[in-house]
Amino acid sequence: MPSNTDSPNGGNVPAIRFDDVEKRFGDTVVLDGLNFTVNKGDRVTLIGPSGSGKTTILRLVMTLEELSGGYIYIDGEPLSHDNVDGKRVELNEKHKNEIRKRIGMVFQQFNLFPNMTVMENIIEAPVHVLGMSKDDAKERARGLLQQVGLADKEDAHPLELSGGQQQRVAIARALAMDPEILLLDEVTSALDPEIVGEVLGILKHVADTTDITMLIVTHEMQFARDVSNRILMFDGGRIVEEGTPEEFFTHPKEQRTRDFLQAVVADPITGALPWQPGPATPTRDGDTL
Amino acid sequence: MDSNIEALVAALPRVLDGVWITIQLTLGGAALAMVIAVIFGILARSSRTLVRGFARTVIEFFRGTSLVVQIFWFFFVLPQLGVELHPMAAGILALGLNYGAYAAEVVRGSINSVPTGQWEATTALSMTRAQRMRRVIFPQAWALMIPSLTNLLIHLLKGTAVVGTITITDLTFRLDSLQRDTNTFFAYGLGLVIYFVLAYILTLIMNALEVQAKHRLGRGESLKEALSLRSPDTGVEAGEAAKS
Ligand SMILES: Nc1ncnc2c1ncn2[C@@H]1O[C@H](COP(=O)(O)OP(=O)(O)OP(=O)(O)O)[C@@H](O)[C@H]1O
Ligand SMILES: [Mg+2]
Repeated sequence: MPSNTDSPNGGNVPAIRFDDVEKRFGDTVVLDGLNFTVNKGDRVTLIGPSGSGKTTILRLVMTLEELSGGYIYIDGEPLSHDNVDGKRVELNEKHKNEIRKRIGMVFQQFNLFPNMTVMENIIEAPVHVLGMSKDDAKERARGLLQQVGLADKEDAHPLELSGGQQQRVAIARALAMDPEILLLDEVTSALDPEIVGEVLGILKHVADTTDITMLIVTHEMQFARDVSNRILMFDGGRIVEEGTPEEFFTHPKEQRTRDFLQAVVADPITGALPWQPGPATPTRDGDTL
Repeated sequence: MDSNIEALVAALPRVLDGVWITIQLTLGGAALAMVIAVIFGILARSSRTLVRGFARTVIEFFRGTSLVVQIFWFFFVLPQLGVELHPMAAGILALGLNYGAYAAEVVRGSINSVPTGQWEATTALSMTRAQRMRRVIFPQAWALMIPSLTNLLIHLLKGTAVVGTITITDLTFRLDSLQRDTNTFFAYGLGLVIYFVLAYILTLIMNALEVQAKHRLGRGESLKEALSLRSPDTGVEAGEAAKS
């Protein structure tokens, strides 16, 4: 587990803190006073039924959605709104952009820039946003492409790549900004099942070799278990249960969590959870209907 | 017929002069129209009501008023207000504003057609507003807007004929005088051919730009490939066809 004590701000300032966060879309209340913190170096996975607000939480951190109320703090600094003498004030675009630089996001639909090659996609922001020299940025990009197994694709266009390859480039592009926080929203949902594993393998490697704080939304429970040190179960915009993967998957306390796990990951025939201790899960072939 | 040819040969320098004026009006008008289109197309998407309202008003005004009346304004009315414009300047201004207003709608629509995921990726990379537009959104919108811009450019070319009314000796003006020495059939027939050739050249140029823009997005062949008439594949097929 990456240690929290070697960060310059000390270990006690959370990387992300939600303070009474409210989010509404018109009349739909998605989040109604949500509080939670993510510590530096934490790998937190959000799970919960469809529409429970997981994506919304990530998008709020990336400032892709406006807060309806409350505050989000990144490294103790306000992200988009601050409390000045009890008054809630919106911070300007310049401030938001400074904080944003510490946060990277990988999207379900990759969102690579089709008007640029793979290499140009990766060096665009390091050069034009961080002011890195083109040569340095390229060198770094080559290292990242190596890491995601696409060293030979730097001159390719995104549309010439498969979905899995595009998502690997997108991961490299996010990492090229050297983010402190990485947001991953169902990054394998748009991929064919046989290539999900290789993308998750790359992310596992990133988790193992860096101390980037990660906030993850995924339906891949095995991945959540392998990578995260904390799992938060959401329902109706509230945290229903939280715990380590071990506690969470083997001894879920809440009935709603049990129902959810049962629905999402249990073997449809035997009802067994694939990682439950005890006798090995029987193969489907051996079952009689 | 011979006398027509003689009259044409005699009038040729003036006809070519007219063609040149028409080309200048077209290129000048198109350049101004493009600048106006980009500025107002982007302003018309502003989240600030005042900015958007201003842009919409300008666009609707110049789209909604006749080109002829606009040209008369710039050439006959402005001098009374103390602003003297060279006829070419008045012509280019009117063409640029009128077609720029149409093109602004094309620019706005194309920018809106760029998927929101592209915008979100630029935010996630902390790009500034200007960087987003210049480096990511506009280059993608550009490929989408070219076909409509080609249409407008052809309209603009034909619209230049209107400016003959303000003492500009453009192609149409020259054809009018040629018609007096030859006959209407011959003079205006020649006019049709010349306008068609000009329009066709513009279409070819715009098509080349479109091929190039699409290639940059990783779609379709490069301009070089598109222009090379000798394709190795068809060469083989032709050879095989000849054998059988
Ligand atoms: N742009 C929007 N406009 C209106 N409602 C929205 C918008 N985005 C999200 N919502 C609503 O907010 C709620 C939470 O959505 P969100 O996408 O965060 O859920 P989720 O937990 O990510 O679900 P899923 O597992 O299906 O991805 C849903 O009820 C959704 O309909
Ligand atoms: Mg979601």
